[in-house]
Amino acid sequence: MTEKLKVEGLYKVYGERPEEAMRLIREGADPDTIREQTGQVAAVIDASFKVDEGEIFTIMGLSGSGKSTLVRCLNRLIEPTRGKIILDGQDILQHSKSEMRATRRRKISMVFQNFALLPHKTVFDNVQLGLSLRGESREHCEKAATDALAQVGLSGWSDRYPDDLSGGMKQRVGLARALASDPDILLMDEPFSALDPLIRDELQRELLKLQREIKKTIIFITHDFQEAVKLSDHLAVMRDGRFVQVGTPQDIVFRPFDTYVKNFSREMDRGRVLTAAMLADAFETVRVAPTARAADAAAALDAAGRPFALVETPSGAVQGYVGRSDLSRTGGTVSDAMNDLSAKLASDEIVGNAYDRFQPNRPVAVVTPDQRVTGLVTADDVLGFLAGKTMPDLRLVAERAPVHAPTPAYQEANP
Amino acid sequence: MMDRVPQEYVFPLDDYIQTGVHWVVDEWRPFFQALRWPIAKVLDVTLDSLVFMPFWGVVAVLLVLGWRLADIRAGITAALSFTVIAFLGLWDEAMISLSILITSVVFCVIVGVPLGILAGRSNMFWAFLRPILDTMQTTPSFVYLVPVVMLFGIGTVPGVIATIIFSMPPIIRLTNLGLRQVPADAIEAGEAFGATEWQTLVRIRMPMAMPSIMAGLNQTLLMALVMSVIISMIGAEGLGLTVLRGIGALDVGLAGIGGLSIVLIAISLDRITQGLGQPRKSAGDQKGFIGRIGRAAQLRRSAA
Repeated sequence: MTEKLKVEGLYKVYGERPEEAMRLIREGADPDTIREQTGQVAAVIDASFKVDEGEIFTIMGLSGSGKSTLVRCLNRLIEPTRGKIILDGQDILQHSKSEMRATRRRKISMVFQNFALLPHKTVFDNVQLGLSLRGESREHCEKAATDALAQVGLSGWSDRYPDDLSGGMKQRVGLARALASDPDILLMDEPFSALDPLIRDELQRELLKLQREIKKTIIFITHDFQEAVKLSDHLAVMRDGRFVQVGTPQDIVFRPFDTYVKNFSREMDRGRVLTAAMLADAFETVRVAPTARAADAAAALDAAGRPFALVETPSGAVQGYVGRSDLSRTGGTVSDAMNDLSAKLASDEIVGNAYDRFQPNRPVAVVTPDQRVTGLVTADDVLGFLAGKTMPDLRLVAERAPVHAPTPAYQEANP
Repeated sequence: MMDRVPQEYVFPLDDYIQTGVHWVVDEWRPFFQALRWPIAKVLDVTLDSLVFMPFWGVVAVLLVLGWRLADIRAGITAALSFTVIAFLGLWDEAMISLSILITSVVFCVIVGVPLGILAGRSNMFWAFLRPILDTMQTTPSFVYLVPVVMLFGIGTVPGVIATIIFSMPPIIRLTNLGLRQVPADAIEAGEAFGATEWQTLVRIRMPMAMPSIMAGLNQTLLMALVMSVIISMIGAEGLGLTVLRGIGALDVGLAGIGGLSIVLIAISLDRITQGLGQPRKSAGDQKGFIGRIGRAAQLRRSAA
């Protein structure tokens, strides 16, 4: 994965005298204090993150958390107070007005919460807005607009006007408009928040489907935690202008930084986030040889506190599994009590989509793409996770640090 | 007489104005003559083409125009009204009035829309222009006649100039208003896709302000109609003069048909231009300029 966009130490302070606010921020003041003392509004405070090419990066926060300001800083619809926004190795905050315009025309496009379609133009003309603004030839415009409309499933609606369309269809047009100019980065500012739940769900699924084909880098803004978890490869939780935590949906749900983050996942179906690999990682896998004595194997299981052991030859060939109760019934070797491993989960599979593979008193094998078995998990293990257990050995999103860790100021304020 | 200011303390503003205007008239004569020229030209061309056509030609044009811009009822109303005027024997006067109106509105648009755009884009310019427009709109129409006569003399062309000045404020105001009412998200969308200031103005702001601008055009037209009657007092020709003559000669009949003709013209033109604001099913399907105006009209209705 190549890094597409990197944001470093981005600040946005609204008001006439941002320096004063910046000074208070350095001293660790929270936005309310800053507003009281200086009248300045600190909307984004020290935001840093990286987005890889082709991933969906979500910024999740409640209203007033600064997420809409942040996304508008990324294409400089709002001018940041300080920081760096590095797109393809160039800091776009150094761009001149016309360079920035060129960037907006070719590299970054945007989808808006309230669609922001032009009511005096047809659906088709709305979709080709970006292309016609940058002066593409008529043929190119028409082809790209036709393709984009087909991608969002609105072929045949070209000649209608936005007023003739339902909310869901309007946002499809908004998406088509953003796709038509073939940008590298798609900024989506709460695109589905104004839609009713069924349509929202439908569009979320279509976006994921579409993303598998187009592989755009998407910055997605939402206040809906479920939506963030469903769509993102990585997500940032924002509060009072600061990033609280950045990580994969799994990190956020199972390794929440603090109770603020934890509270978001309280209501959600954690099975939809849980991957087989995480489950396998969380529990020790007891591996025994088929020739081992049953009593030894039983002792190993007891020591690990696990109900099943993986039966594996010393060369690593998986033979099957044995259960703790099977072992106590036999006096011989492990192979006497061995069962076939029939239930399997791919390691990147979402556990919530595979509940039917869990049978009572039988383990499910977690298998990597190269056919290695990394764990044996049971329905009880899953239930433990669903019941709200968090990962015992929480390393806070360490792999994406330092840019992805919560800002030091936030950590101090929320120990 | 105790409550009067002694004569020697009265400030002789009237003398100053007199002197000032005389100075302007003497020194700036070429400038004012140059101002007259384009207006006189447009007026001549308009009148010549209206008079060149047979009366049923004009009626047919109005029928089609009303139908395309508004609806068939507006077209029929206009056609019938002008037929009645023709049979009242006031065709030539009506054509003069019509050409005064057309000329005035054309210049109001040429001057007023750009001023409105500037006002809509710049708060400072609007702050400067607004009190002027307020004053203009509270000034009685007769008052305009005085400086116009001083600077341009009497006759139809000075009359048109007075009409232009008098009827300009609504189109400026409503262009400004329309531009300021364009939703911020539409403008933001344009910016996000890399629109320049000019592209935003031409492709987003102006089309979305069009319903309001059209309403301004309608109001400007009706004010021009009022003024086109009053300018008969400075020697402008047309139906106003017919009415004035009728009153002067105590000829109630003549004044009556003059007045009736003015009312008919007012109804026709109002219907056609206001028709831009009426719902129209097929408007959205039309291409080109007319279709776009029709579309704007639909938007205006849905905004209302």
